[in-house]
Amino acid sequence: MRDLFTLSVLVSTVAAGIRLATPYLLAALGETIGQRSGVLNLGVDGVMLLSAFGSYYVVLRTENLWYGFLAGAVIGLLMGVVYGVITVVFEAEQGISGIGIFLFGLGFSDLLFEELVGTPTPLKVRLEEVAIPGLGSIPYVGDAIFQHNPLTYLAFALVPIVTLVLFKTTFGMNVRAVGENPQAADSLGVSVAGVRFIAILIGNTMAGLAGMALSLGLGIFQPNLTQGLGFIAVALVYFGAWRSRGVMVGALLYGIVASLVLQLKTRGIIPLEASDLGAMAPAVLTIVALVVLARRIEAPAALARPFSRH
Amino acid sequence: MSKKVVLKLIGALAALVFIAAACGSDDAVDDAVDEVTDAGDDAVDAAGDAADAADDAVDDVTEEAEGAMEEEEEEEGDADDGDAMADAGGNMLTVECGETSSFPAASEPVTDLTVAIVAPSAEDDLAFTQSMVDAVTALGIEPQLTTSTFVVEEAAAAIRGYAEDGIDVVIAHGTQYGGSLEEIAPEFPETSFVWGTASETQGLDNVFAYTPAADQGGYVLGTVAAKLSEAGSIGMVGPIEAGDAALYVDGFVAGAEAEGASVNVTYTGSFGDVALATEAATAHVDAGSDILTGSAQHVVGAISVADANQVPWFGTQSNQVSLSPDLVVASQVYHWEVVLTDIFSAIEGGTLGGEVFELTLENEGLVIEFNGCFELDEEIKGGVGETIAGVVDGSISTGQ
Repeated sequence: MRDLFTLSVLVSTVAAGIRLATPYLLAALGETIGQRSGVLNLGVDGVMLLSAFGSYYVVLRTENLWYGFLAGAVIGLLMGVVYGVITVVFEAEQGISGIGIFLFGLGFSDLLFEELVGTPTPLKVRLEEVAIPGLGSIPYVGDAIFQHNPLTYLAFALVPIVTLVLFKTTFGMNVRAVGENPQAADSLGVSVAGVRFIAILIGNTMAGLAGMALSLGLGIFQPNLTQGLGFIAVALVYFGAWRSRGVMVGALLYGIVASLVLQLKTRGIIPLEASDLGAMAPAVLTIVALVVLARRIEAPAALARPFSRH
Repeated sequence: MSKKVVLKLIGALAALVFIAAACGSDDAVDDAVDEVTDAGDDAVDAAGDAADAADDAVDDVTEEAEGAMEEEEEEEGDADDGDAMADAGGNMLTVECGETSSFPAASEPVTDLTVAIVAPSAEDDLAFTQSMVDAVTALGIEPQLTTSTFVVEEAAAAIRGYAEDGIDVVIAHGTQYGGSLEEIAPEFPETSFVWGTASETQGLDNVFAYTPAADQGGYVLGTVAAKLSEAGSIGMVGPIEAGDAALYVDGFVAGAEAEGASVNVTYTGSFGDVALATEAATAHVDAGSDILTGSAQHVVGAISVADANQVPWFGTQSNQVSLSPDLVVASQVYHWEVVLTDIFSAIEGGTLGGEVFELTLENEGLVIEFNGCFELDEEIKGGVGETIAGVVDGSISTGQ
């Protein structure tokens, strides 16, 4: 146990936790915007898989990370258009539509991978860690917090930006309005469909970034790479009470607990016999924290309700 | 377009129908379902016709190729044709630098039985599923495949579907499919089900079981890893403590400890979570391990960590050289064709199940494949044959 509390181990644990938290955070921040506008998207995992494959495949062929970044973001955006048409234009039931998107993403990314790649092939270029000048050289703290890949920095930079957009801009006010009372917003001249559509586009693009962070960060793709990560991201939105700061805390909690459990296993502190119980720890702790700590902030009143003037 | 691709496209269309169900009226949904069903039937028919035409073409080509091969053999006499291997044969070999597989392609099928495989991960996963697909293909059989069945219920539907289609042998390649087979196998007494990894047939007369003694190869690799490790510390990334993964871990630990090294084992709790496997491997390297190993399809992440840190890697299930051509020292490769040959013979003889088969170093179902690109000290490599002999004759215990 004493080994665990050395500074180098703690630094490794925090650094790994931040890496693990990154895709959760990107996806959950995007979902926060969507849910604030009243749109539930259970298809996040499917969008992540498609973007993860798309960016991986482009980088595999071109060895250019910028092209991969573009591909991942565009795929997320396009899936946003699809989901927007389904849920906003056709006013479909959002829960079932999201599951359909997830199944489509899961199956189609698998199909594309098998037809276009086949055997898992490591990328020759991947997202590398970049030390932030000045901060990256701070002993221990720099190693833990300021030496990550650019998408990790982007994810955490988006936390205050999303807060700013949601609470300090007209667009953010409209998003919250159509999520709480779309009829009232409509009567005041706000385009409910338009605002929701844009929120969906932003959310899906961020889900695309999350998938890209996974495949380009790992430098490889294989079928079902996300392993249900997108569903946990949706849960983290509830955990974070639809606020970006809360979502960040949830993502970090999940990532750092997962990282801590790995360290405990690696050092034999969690015996092999209890290994499976240890693997459940992040999910269990998150649920417990959700029950114990969750503030009584209610979900957007019109969440998952299609809007129709009729 | 292969039947598999057609079926996957139908799956994707089905997902879209699912979405349509959320959008429209019942009639519209019914229409959409009918359209997809019709399109699926047409596509499968078309794929069937294409497959028949392809079969005819393959027959023609095969006949021509056989003729050409016979002529070539006459010209070359008994010349060695296994040039992918430096010292091929038996339960230990070295794969030439740049080569990745030791599965020779059979010129003709060993059986006329029709075979289908249902497996949990991708057919090219460089691990569990690929080992079976490679083995069946090596026997000259072109199996029907349903892979990436992450959900057991999906696998059960595929197993039942193949049985209903009259496939002779359905290979249910996953321990988790046992419960489904218990229900399905009695309904199809004329079909032989081959299930693994499993050490018993659940009392079913038309189920064969197979299991690898993965501890044996694990032990051998553990001794090599221990001799190679300067730190005397090896990191192991396992999935779930069960089945052949646990056997491999136990055997590897016993082998490494017999040579004085310690092994830190981390079970991630998942077969496919690449991110967790990556972080587990990183934690091992941070903790001072200078050798890494692991099992299951999630090790692609762990191998990338080995590659990035220039740490040698030991693999199991399939040859994993392609993931790190310079750092994979050796892999324990499952050659299921050894037991499948016996199983197919039994089926042709009228026995559809009731027996358990095991891959071992002795029957050469387990093969230790060294990577020709990795320069391993000859002294270390020279002792491997002795270790294998000890495991085979029982003078060395793998801890099981």
